[in-house]
Amino acid sequence: MSTTTSLGASPAAAPRRPAASPGYWQGVWRRLRHDRVTLACAAVLLLMLFAILAAPLIAPADPYQTSMIRRLKPVGFGNHLLGTDELGRDMLTRLLYGGRLSWFLGITPVVIAFGIGGTLGIIAGFAGGWVNMLIMRVTDVFYAFPSVLLAVAISGALGAGVFNAILSLTLVFIPQIIRVAESTTTSVRALDYVEAARGSGAGALTIVRVHVLPNVLGPIFVYATSLISVSMIIASGLSFLGLGTKPPEAEWGLMLNTLRSAIYSQPVIAMLPGLCIFVTSMAFNLVSDGLRAAMDVRN
Amino acid sequence: MLLYILRRVLYAVPIALAVSLLCFLLVHIAPGDPVNAIVPADAPQAVVEQIRAEYGLDKPLPVQFGLWLLKVVQGDLGRSLATGRAVTEDLAIAVRNTLRLSLVAALIGFTFGTLLGAVAGLFRGTWVDRLAVGLAAAGVSVPHYWLGMVLVILFSVLIPALPAMGAGPGGSGDWVWDIAHMRHLVLPAITLSVIPMGIVTRTLRGIVAEIMNQDFVNTLRGKGLRRGGILLHVAKNAAPGTLAVMGLQLGYLMGGSILVETVFSWPGTGFLLNSAIFQRDIPVLQGTILVLALFFVTLNLLVDLLQTALDPRIKRA
Amino acid sequence: MPPDAPATLVAPAAATASAPEPLVHVRGLNVRFVSREATVHAVNGVDFDLAQNEALCILGESGSGKSVTLRALMRLNPPKKTVMSGTLRVGGQDVVAAPESAMADLRGRVVSMIFQEPMTALDPVFTIGRQIAETILRHEGTSRAEADRRALELLELVQIPSARRRLAAYPHELSGGLRQRAMIAIALSCRPKLLLADEPTTALDATVQIQILLLLRRLQQELGMGVIFVTHDLGVAGEVADRIAVMYAGRFIEEGPVGALMRGPLHPYARGLMGATVHAGLRGQRLTTIPGAPPDLRDPPRGCAFAPRCPLVGEDCLPAVPALRSPLPGRQVRCLRVEDAA
Repeated sequence: MSTTTSLGASPAAAPRRPAASPGYWQGVWRRLRHDRVTLACAAVLLLMLFAILAAPLIAPADPYQTSMIRRLKPVGFGNHLLGTDELGRDMLTRLLYGGRLSWFLGITPVVIAFGIGGTLGIIAGFAGGWVNMLIMRVTDVFYAFPSVLLAVAISGALGAGVFNAILSLTLVFIPQIIRVAESTTTSVRALDYVEAARGSGAGALTIVRVHVLPNVLGPIFVYATSLISVSMIIASGLSFLGLGTKPPEAEWGLMLNTLRSAIYSQPVIAMLPGLCIFVTSMAFNLVSDGLRAAMDVRN
Repeated sequence: MLLYILRRVLYAVPIALAVSLLCFLLVHIAPGDPVNAIVPADAPQAVVEQIRAEYGLDKPLPVQFGLWLLKVVQGDLGRSLATGRAVTEDLAIAVRNTLRLSLVAALIGFTFGTLLGAVAGLFRGTWVDRLAVGLAAAGVSVPHYWLGMVLVILFSVLIPALPAMGAGPGGSGDWVWDIAHMRHLVLPAITLSVIPMGIVTRTLRGIVAEIMNQDFVNTLRGKGLRRGGILLHVAKNAAPGTLAVMGLQLGYLMGGSILVETVFSWPGTGFLLNSAIFQRDIPVLQGTILVLALFFVTLNLLVDLLQTALDPRIKRA
Repeated sequence: MPPDAPATLVAPAAATASAPEPLVHVRGLNVRFVSREATVHAVNGVDFDLAQNEALCILGESGSGKSVTLRALMRLNPPKKTVMSGTLRVGGQDVVAAPESAMADLRGRVVSMIFQEPMTALDPVFTIGRQIAETILRHEGTSRAEADRRALELLELVQIPSARRRLAAYPHELSGGLRQRAMIAIALSCRPKLLLADEPTTALDATVQIQILLLLRRLQQELGMGVIFVTHDLGVAGEVADRIAVMYAGRFIEEGPVGALMRGPLHPYARGLMGATVHAGLRGQRLTTIPGAPPDLRDPPRGCAFAPRCPLVGEDCLPAVPALRSPLPGRQVRCLRVEDAA
């Protein structure tokens, strides 16, 4: 049980994060279990994920089946539980299928950026010196753009399309994740026991694997989860501007755009896609907050 | 202090240059021959060749960047493909409109954010705190372009109280600070204000709660200071961090207003950008983004200097 | 500078009492911290009096309740979760039930405190001068200029070199020792009758510690204040106190004059405490330690709290807490094993 002895000393040296240990993760889980808001939001997200994945099985209609006589029917009309859109397509079906693309567009850039930005940030933080200088100065340049503007600029120049939207969002999030990864790694690197490992001649790779990764991945991951909400809003926003998906594809942002003309005749229907974005984004946000609070040792 | 200002300004120069480089490259990441991105499709061959020579598009990229930068520094951002007017001409009006909208939105967002954040931080764990935290979470999670539509439905359609489109009666371009014009400002400004409101609430709540946990607050109570006296200390401690966040948010408001301006047809930079994207008018796109990004860089610089001036703990060497 | 007559606060209780009211009067003081998970019994029946111009040192290890007791004297423990009971009067003013506004008037004027960490106990974004002057402005309603003049005097009183320049300094621009002197200046700014010091030298270098202690001793005698120190350091206790109280698990377990108590502690815990400290005079002797750990105050034992660690423990120690007795004149101890001298 040598880990317990080293743990006993480390909280004083590193009040923010003790070394990753089974006890620590048990504590995180125990705190999460008592956090009703986070659990409820996680349940909402899981339910939604299940629904959109099972869309082909549970959707009541064909998402592309238009009908000129059934345009913009209200909620509960006939067998259309949530009414129909401006081309007479079943709203519930479109929302289920649209969720697939919206989730994909929202999460993919964050996942890619987590991989690339996390790696670059850990390298910058661990290597220091000119490597750090190079990576961080380039990051500064991307930071000089507000994120929505950068996404619009890149997407606008590249043109519409799912691939371009993901590319531009990934480029927006990489610098943000690099910053968090770099500062976390730098602070972990300076901890006493990492210095001690270095002093006792452990190789750089061993130090990264044993001491740095277990301590920095958590905070970077939590930060990345907080970006999913932003990513979904911007991704749907790009589609809303006509820069993401193209019709007749179902996507919440695009649906919001095409239903804009219906806000006078069927305001409730026109608001549904945006409500979906709102609920998803809020749930991701609150889950991320809950994770952060549970992982904060000071609580 | 003066030396510090000088150093910070000098540090911003390479950033500004790099930002310009990125904007310059936008033309080149656009698919196709870059000259087609900046010349109207129906232009005669002679004009195409003239532009190609003027921007040195047959020369290597660094030379092209130099030529382009030279023009930018002289205030020439090229001509719009759609209208043929100088980009700077349309941009000057749009920037003013966006600035107006952003400032009013910032005023609303910062006021409510400061109130909510301070109260939540001072009374942690109470129902006021939970309300503020919930509002803040909603503010940062809501797709604001959707919120704009909801507000239009509520206050323009169901209760026809406020105009839903444009920046003034009769679509006039000239802004005046009168009731008729300000009525147009209400809905877009409120829509735009929810994000800074949420962010400021969250940040200030955290800052205030951390300050209230510090030892010196106990010293202040031990000196017999009343609540008001203690609040003064909390405010001065919280000010630098809060102002920094507010400065950034103002920048995000200007850069991020594209969606809301589109919803409300507000004739600002976002609206200009949107039509530029729609018409693939790359010179307008490039010019607008360059101006907004440089504005953001300048704002960051100012915030940094302000923060240093306010916080005695930061060394100014 | 003659110590100008401090605005006296004569409570009705003091006026009617036949004997003069002591500066501090504590009887049966209990302090509990109540939270959803547990109730911590931090202070469990403390009694003592402190005369004007007397210096008492409360000695104990961390968690013994000594800092809580000190803060209770100003009602500075976290208000939301603290439950206080018993009798507690400072300068004739009731502290347990007084309204918050009366407490705010008392704090800084009649009683003030020096905190342990001069780094964090001062507001980092206000100048030293401002932090002193605001206390004077709060309690005495003088002009700003007068308050600034007094602040300068106070910095000179606590022997801060180039005081005039230091008035405009921020805390981080001063060394630890100077910061603690500034802290003392703040505490003394309204000439309090009672000065509380919570481990005032623990965070300082050894050489600076002794300077601060000597300064405090001198100021106490010059200004005629009552002083209560809290420390875990025997050396500090011997340096500044007239009387010592040893605290364990939220109770005073021994009390007496400083010389006698340090030469001949009576309680087994106090004896262990003296044995576990290094003196120059003990060179060559084996250092003793006290085995075990203090009890969990969420669930304090019914009997003597030291019993589980005590070498002299017997059956009779366990059913009830031993009463405070006086086996020797001027000494008090809470132990059944100590023989009466007479």
